[in-house]
Amino acid sequence: MRRIITATVQDRGGVLNRITGMLHKRQFNIESISVGASEIEGISKMTFVVEISDRQKLEQLTKQLNKQIDVLKVSDITDKAMVARELALIKVVGSGHTRSEIQGIITPFRASVIDVSKDSMTIQVTGRPDKVDALIALLRPYGIKELTKTGVTAFLRGQQPEQVTELNSMSN
Amino acid sequence: MKVDASREVEVKGKLVTGADLLIKTLIDAEVDTVFGYPGGAVLPIYDALYRNETPFEHVLSRHEQGSIHAAEGYARVTGKPGVVIATSGPGATNLITGITDAMMDSIPLVIFTGQVAKSVIGTDAFQEADVMGITTPITKYNYQVNDIADLPRIVKEAFHIASTGRPGPVVVDIPKNISANITLDDYEDDFHLPGYQPTIKPNPLQIIKLADALSRAKRPLLLVGAGTLFADASEELKQFAEEYQLPVTTTLLGLGSFPGSNELSLGMAGMHGTYAANMGVYECDLLINIGARFDDRLTGNLEHFAPNAKVAHIDIDPAEIGKNIETHIPVVADAKKALVALLNAKIEMQGHQDWMDKLRKNKKDYPLWYERSNTLLSPQWLIEQVYKVSKGEAIVTTDVGQHQMWAAQFYTFDKPNNWVTSGGLGTMGFGFPAAVGAQLGRPDDLVISIVGDAGFQMTLQELSVVKHRNLPVKVIIVNNEALGMVRQWQESFYEERYSESLLSENPDFVKLAESYGIRGVRVDKEEDAVRVLEEIMAYDGPVVADFRVVRETSVYPMIAPGKGIHEMVGVKK
Ligand SMILES: Cc1ncc(C[n+]2csc(CCOP(=O)(O)OP(=O)(O)O)c2C)c(N)n1
Ligand SMILES: [Mg+2]
Repeated sequence: MRRIITATVQDRGGVLNRITGMLHKRQFNIESISVGASEIEGISKMTFVVEISDRQKLEQLTKQLNKQIDVLKVSDITDKAMVARELALIKVVGSGHTRSEIQGIITPFRASVIDVSKDSMTIQVTGRPDKVDALIALLRPYGIKELTKTGVTAFLRGQQPEQVTELNSMSN
Repeated sequence: MKVDASREVEVKGKLVTGADLLIKTLIDAEVDTVFGYPGGAVLPIYDALYRNETPFEHVLSRHEQGSIHAAEGYARVTGKPGVVIATSGPGATNLITGITDAMMDSIPLVIFTGQVAKSVIGTDAFQEADVMGITTPITKYNYQVNDIADLPRIVKEAFHIASTGRPGPVVVDIPKNISANITLDDYEDDFHLPGYQPTIKPNPLQIIKLADALSRAKRPLLLVGAGTLFADASEELKQFAEEYQLPVTTTLLGLGSFPGSNELSLGMAGMHGTYAANMGVYECDLLINIGARFDDRLTGNLEHFAPNAKVAHIDIDPAEIGKNIETHIPVVADAKKALVALLNAKIEMQGHQDWMDKLRKNKKDYPLWYERSNTLLSPQWLIEQVYKVSKGEAIVTTDVGQHQMWAAQFYTFDKPNNWVTSGGLGTMGFGFPAAVGAQLGRPDDLVISIVGDAGFQMTLQELSVVKHRNLPVKVIIVNNEALGMVRQWQESFYEERYSESLLSENPDFVKLAESYGIRGVRVDKEEDAVRVLEEIMAYDGPVVADFRVVRETSVYPMIAPGKGIHEMVGVKK
């Protein structure tokens, strides 16, 4: 199962290294990690997307994260109402008529062209990870020259409804 | 606002170097012994040691590995954190084995490594090593001091983190400019670690659950690990076991937490544990783990581990609970606090006389055994004599291998904190320097270091320290002219292909000892052994004793790798 886990951490030297090292040593399968500032100075927010085989492993992951001295709080938000977003930059082969075709594909995704050269164009897309992946899949036949993703960043919605499982496509 | 430029700024503190500040923090931490070795990047620290009156002693080892294992031995027998200083680069990398060992066995250490000056960090400067990078996975926490103002706080934090919760090693990497520069001696050392708040008190609901499970149990068993020793909970453990007549088995590292000669003791469980203990684990219906971590050398094949038991696990580290074994009743707490809560719970037991009878019968029918020899000594017999001559009251440190297992099996510990061995990492070279640290930590106790002929050769340079300080450590070499444990596995699992495991080029250990100015003695006949042991123990000074034992002896019983805890071989002669 795929889980989204967030952690608030103290911004001390080497904290990222300590956490990624631990995840590697304990053989957790990390799909993405994103780190950035939070609303409080000196405190960062990390978002992990992990592929995990069972509950026991998941419990281990959150416990091992919690055990880190710089980690203040760990939450598995997969089953909560949340917003999860990712940004991708995609450089696709495109000139002449394929350009307008590509333009047509990306419009419903609310993606934008941020750079154009003689034979390629660079597209920026932001959204839920499944949406980003869907666009990438559609663009692949044109020939992707370069691709980079930020990894998922996420947090809980302000309002938590009682029944939330259907809101998130990441939980299955 | 106008500033009155004529008013003089008052200098509050006095001017000192960063190194002086460090020494002050060590004094504040009530350190009494520091193990170390100097070098370029710590010259300012060693200069400060020279210049300052310190209430602690610095013990110069002969290899940084000697320093760190000594610090581990010291910590293990005193309960206080061991303190180490080493220089940058090779000094720091020589500590790595010991730091890893301390991490695995939860030993509190505070380690200061020198680092090259801030201005050249990252340039591959002379004797630069990425100590932060290298030690991150093998420390409970690590720091590099980047601002002298942080030094007092960091050192205080380091001692706090190392010695509270689940203990472990903490590294403080100090660039040379930090230790050398002049500064004011009036920094704050208050700290706040919001992400580090170990749970000490058990959740009362979990205690009720555990008490309830115990009241229903027909075949209860306590499995006790070193967590009980760190929590200083031996007395409470004994009360608890005796109050409810609960049988007790311990892990290798938990030996001594419960009196080995107590009627309720089944001895050690695991790969070379007793039949009674392992069958107890296999057949129990309630297993209460107190401060052990279900290490694979204990459990054997997980599928067969306590297959019919409800598992309760008391541990201060929540991440250990449920890591290897599914746990029904988790109790995150300090072992002592949990035991006190259980003692107050007033549990109505069902009575489990049949179970106790069965365990007692197993104990009687399947005791640990060995064969006497009429040539060289039987190694197990030797350990028994060491036990008898020292009246079971010595601090025993061991190295790693067959002799370690025989010491665990045949030296019975009735008191806590007298047993020092490398469990999780299984570090050859640990035993002798650990004895140096143990003797320094407990100068009035008899310290015996039981080592193998191979492992002793990994760190025997520390004989210089023993000589220099006249530490009366008794080194007992269980000399089988072999990497005995390797030889045993090759005999059992590799059709006796003794690849690189037989030592025919051992030094003359007697002459070797004498070359250090230490008394050496060799024994190769049973009839001399007891007399020599008595002489050694009575002698007021260090001794290296080379006991020649039968090479072909194996450690039994044994759970072969991959087998279940009930599938022991060599249970009987
Ligand atoms: C540093 C290190 N290297 C290798 C090993 C693997 N090893 C485990 S026991 C052993 C043999 C130890 O021989 P000795 O010290 O003579 O003890 P004995 O088993 O003969 O009692 C070896 C090589 C180890 N545990 N540690
Ligand atoms: Mg040997």
